[in-house]
This record gives sequence, C-alpha cells and structure tokens, in this order.
Amino acid sequence: MLLEVKNLRTEFKLKRGTVTAVDDISFTIDKGEILAIVGESGSGKSVTSLSIMGLLQKPGRVAGGEINFKSQDLNKMSQKELQKIRGNQISMIFQEPMTSLNPVWRIKDQIMENIMTHMNISKKDALARTVEMLDTVGIPSPAERANDYPHQMSGGMRQRVMTAMALSCDPELLIADEPTTALDVTIQAQILELLYRMREKFNMAVLLITHDLGVVSEAADRVIVMYCGKIVEEADVKSLFAQPLHPYTVGLLKSIPQIDDESDERLYMIKGMVPNPLNMPSGCSFSDRCDSCMDRCTKEVPKLQEINGHKVRCFLYEAKEGELNVK
Amino acid sequence: MNEVLMKVQDLSKHFTIETNFLGKPLSVLKAVDEVSFTIKKGEAFGLVGESGCGKTTLGKILVDLYSPTSGKIFFEGKELSALNKKQRRSYCKDIQMIFQDPYASLNPRMTIGDIIAEPIIINNLLPPSEVEERVIYLLNCVGLARHQRNRYPHEFSGGQRQRVGIARALAVEPKLIVCDEPVSALDVSIQAQVLNLLDDLKAEFGLTYLFIAHGLNVVKHISDRVGVMYLGKLMEIAPKRELYANPLNPYTQALLSAIPIINPEKKKERIILKGDVPSPINPPSGCRFCSRCFKELDRCKLNAPALREVSPDHWVACHLYD
Repeated sequence: MLLEVKNLRTEFKLKRGTVTAVDDISFTIDKGEILAIVGESGSGKSVTSLSIMGLLQKPGRVAGGEINFKSQDLNKMSQKELQKIRGNQISMIFQEPMTSLNPVWRIKDQIMENIMTHMNISKKDALARTVEMLDTVGIPSPAERANDYPHQMSGGMRQRVMTAMALSCDPELLIADEPTTALDVTIQAQILELLYRMREKFNMAVLLITHDLGVVSEAADRVIVMYCGKIVEEADVKSLFAQPLHPYTVGLLKSIPQIDDESDERLYMIKGMVPNPLNMPSGCSFSDRCDSCMDRCTKEVPKLQEINGHKVRCFLYEAKEGELNVK
Repeated sequence: MNEVLMKVQDLSKHFTIETNFLGKPLSVLKAVDEVSFTIKKGEAFGLVGESGCGKTTLGKILVDLYSPTSGKIFFEGKELSALNKKQRRSYCKDIQMIFQDPYASLNPRMTIGDIIAEPIIINNLLPPSEVEERVIYLLNCVGLARHQRNRYPHEFSGGQRQRVGIARALAVEPKLIVCDEPVSALDVSIQAQVLNLLDDLKAEFGLTYLFIAHGLNVVKHISDRVGVMYLGKLMEIAPKRELYANPLNPYTQALLSAIPIINPEKKKERIILKGDVPSPINPPSGCRFCSRCFKELDRCKLNAPALREVSPDHWVACHLYD
C-alpha cells in the first residue's frame, strides 16, 4: 500500500457557515495502480487532491483524519518536510496547462528547478535529464523546444511539459487533476496513452481526478464515485460499469449520450441539481434527486457497505452473509 | 424536411494578423476558408471539430456578428449581401444564437425577465402590455418558474443560466438557432437536461438548429446531419448514422477513434494522431490535414482536395476518393 487516506475531513469556514467539502472519506492506492475519482463540480474531488498535497488555501483546512504516505502522516508534517516529498515522491498535474506554468521562465528552467531541488546533481546533468524527460513525453526536437517559453507551445504540448515536470524525479504517486479536460479529443488520447506508458515504465501509481466517465473507463483500474463530499460507490472499473449500484452512478451513466447508441430516444435525466453545500438535504445527500428515494433516505445517512470489494452507500442494498441484497 | 433553409457558398473569413507600414497584410489567419453547405428546414445540422478549426467563427458569420471576407449566404433563397437595412434586421431576428459560456453571455445587471424582454421590445414584436405575459410563457417553456422573473443571473446555476439564454433566443421567434457549444460548460447530469430541452423545443416551435460542438457523442445525439471541420475547411458532411458508421476522411476516422467509450470490457483500435493542430496562420499547403494524416498520398501536399459527393448525401474532401 502506497497511500492510505483515512477518515479525511476538509472544511471551509465561511462567514455564512462551515462547508464540509470532503466528508469522512477513506481509500487506499497500491503501487502501480490507477485510481480514478469521479464526480461533478462541487463533489469535493479536487479538494481531496489538494488536501493530500497540503496545498489547501485558506479558509480551507483539514479538520480530521490521516493521510498516510508510506506510513508517514502527511497531515502532521511541517511545510518544510512536505516540500521534500512534493514534486519528488508525490507530484501533481493540474487542470489548466495554460496557468500552471510560469510564463516568464523557459521550459527547461522550470523543469530543471524541480530536478535540482530534489536531486543532488550538476546543472549539466539536470539539463540532460530535462531533455530526456521532454523526449519521453513526446515533445519533438526536445533539445530545441526546451528553450521555448510556455506561450510558444500549444495546449497539448504544455500539458506534456507539465507531465514531464511532474515525472522528472520519478515520483511514486502522480496526482492528475483533470489532466485532459482542457484538451481536444485527439490530444486527450495522446495524453492518456502517455500516462499509461509511464505507469508501465516506472510502476507509478496514479490518482486520476476527472468528471469524464469515458476517460475513467479507458484508464482506471479502480473507481471512486463522489457526490457532495462523500464516497457513494467504489469498485474496480469493470464491475462499476457492468453493474453500477448507486442510483447516482446509474443515472450518470444513463444520462450520457453514447457514441454507439443507434436509438433516438430521449436521454435519461437526473432531476434537479447539486444542492447548495450550506443547505444540504437531511439524510442521504442525493435523496432530493433520487428516483428510488424512500422515507428512510430523508432521515438517516446511509453507511458505506462493502461486499466483495464493491462498496456502495445506499439503503437499497443490504450487506448480509457475504452478499449484497437488493431490498 | 427537404426544403433548403440556408445555403452557404464558398464562405471565407480571413483575419489580418500583421500589416506592413503601407497597411498591406503580411500574415493572414484563414479562420474559415471556402466552406459550402446547406441546412434544410427542420433539421439539426451538427458541426464538429477541434478548438481553432473555425466552427465558432462560422456560426458568428451566420448570425451576422462577423461579415464574411468572401462567399455568399442564402437564407430562404435571398442572398444576405443584397438585403436592404430593413430586410437585414428581419434576417437578424430570424437567426439567433445560444452561446457557450452561460456565465459571460448574460448581462449581470439585468434581471432575467428583462434579459428575455429586451429583444421583444427592440424588435417591436408585441404591444408593451403583452410583453410581460410572453416573458412568463417563455420562462415556463424552458423550465423556469414565474417567481424567478425578477432574479439576477448570479442567483442561478450554470444549467439554469443556459435555460435563460435559450429563452432569450426563442423570444423573437427565430427560424434558425445557432447553438455554439451550449452544453460543454455544464455538468454531465445537467447536460442531459439541456439537450432534452433543446430537443423538445425543436419539435414544439418547428426550429432548425446549427449545432456546434466538440463532443462527438453530443452531436450524434442531437443532429440529423453532421459536418466535420479542420483548420477552416469542411472535411466531410454526411447524415449522422452514415458518418459514424462509415467515416471516409482519415481525420474523421481518427476523431471518432479518439473518443473514450464507456465500457472497460471493450477496447477499440485507436488511431493516435501525431503532433498538434498546425497554426491556421501558416497552414500546410495542399490538404490541411496532410501534416498529421496517416494515409497521406504524394499529391496531398500539392493541391487541396475539393468537397465531393462520393455516395448519396455523403460528401468528403480527400484525395483517397478521387
């Protein structure tokens, strides 16, 4: 086990009240595994990744729980200790390749900065490594392009530079927060293939955060579905898509127009919208949008139940004698 | 559904990027380059392509926000440049647009009721006493309630704002609506709601759509015919089933193969294109796609293929089918 997140709670203290963006979530990532977290905007998936990295901005703070990376609790570390791990053993790719590179620095200087901070090597070797990394991620003529500024590159190339920077110190865990959202489909296919290749090559674990179920189905080994800060379902990728259990997951899958669907039927709609985090429905947070909502759903919060590695948080299912029964 | 509503002939829009000291253009960006197609009455014509391919520019020319560099637009048989001021105004009323970003396309200082009423008042469509009734009717049509009439855009979510944008477009009873990426800024569960709404309104008001999007699954769901654009050129036009089942242009093939499918059991052959979309300022000579094409022929670099009909209603611009 590489990373273990245990009962993580992240809160934002606002004037109008406290928003619990991440509410008691636990998961693990093994070496070489690609774990995807899916959810819509406001589900807490990005806040989870920022909490792990210790990059939360005020008024956000981790209010409880543990984040164990190789049995060290990241949450208890000082910023100085964290800096030794960030960019080295854990690194991150952000959603916006346009805004996460420094516009007034050359590409090579940005990548070399990271290498020289974490590795004890000469400037010459660091430059050689930079060019090698740019080559690995598929930048044509890397030695020349290393001298470019970010504005001289296209969106896909910038995302590849970000990836090269993130991979430059052979991280054991890569957190990719919507790495392909800002990109076109043909470039998205290139980046996903790159992530896959890097995983094979370096046995790196990836925490992939996305809202695109297509990307999840292509890339991930295991999937966590989040809704309003809670994990509502967790399973390996095949069983999640073959047999989704939670009404939210089922609804999401049905509401996407499928490319191989030949019928002209109306799309399934999940009614309503994501509730205001300051004014959550009582009981299950999906209860006001759920088609199978029962009396009990509006009163109690369901627990995450697990059968054969498939976890679901819903009163429709009951774990009994090693089987998940539909009530 | 065979009556032609709009016909576009060799339409181009060039932007001058640099000029020399005499004002002569040094470099020109060809955003839309000699594009021709027709939109039939009552259909939804989908336009797909990656960022920078000129699909939004094309939409903006059709709603008269840009004037074309060359080429002709015929709407209901009349040519746009031949219209007088009054006829042009009525053309602008007949063609409305729904914009991509629901956060930027509504005036934050106006209530949503006033936003919807404004085009009715400007075009003098109704006596002032009846405007209010019409606004409430339009709000109901797009699934908003009467009591929300006096709220401001910031009080609404992205999906609801897109509904306001749709109601504003409907207010002047248009014949053609240009939908420019209407759902790409929305969450998955909200996308389905807006797509269904657009479908319903099309049937109810007898509308025609030009549906611009980069999500190929969304375009397939809503359109009857689909055109594929690349660097300002139309590469292929076909009825949607034909296009998705039998793509002819290598670019269309690559684009379709790049979409992730939601079924982890099914792994499909993927065509990974080399490189990025070239800059439209200095596009490759010959076929625009030849620098990334995996079936490139010798003549592709030399001359650009014309859009030709290779089977009934299936048009493609590619030398492979000469």
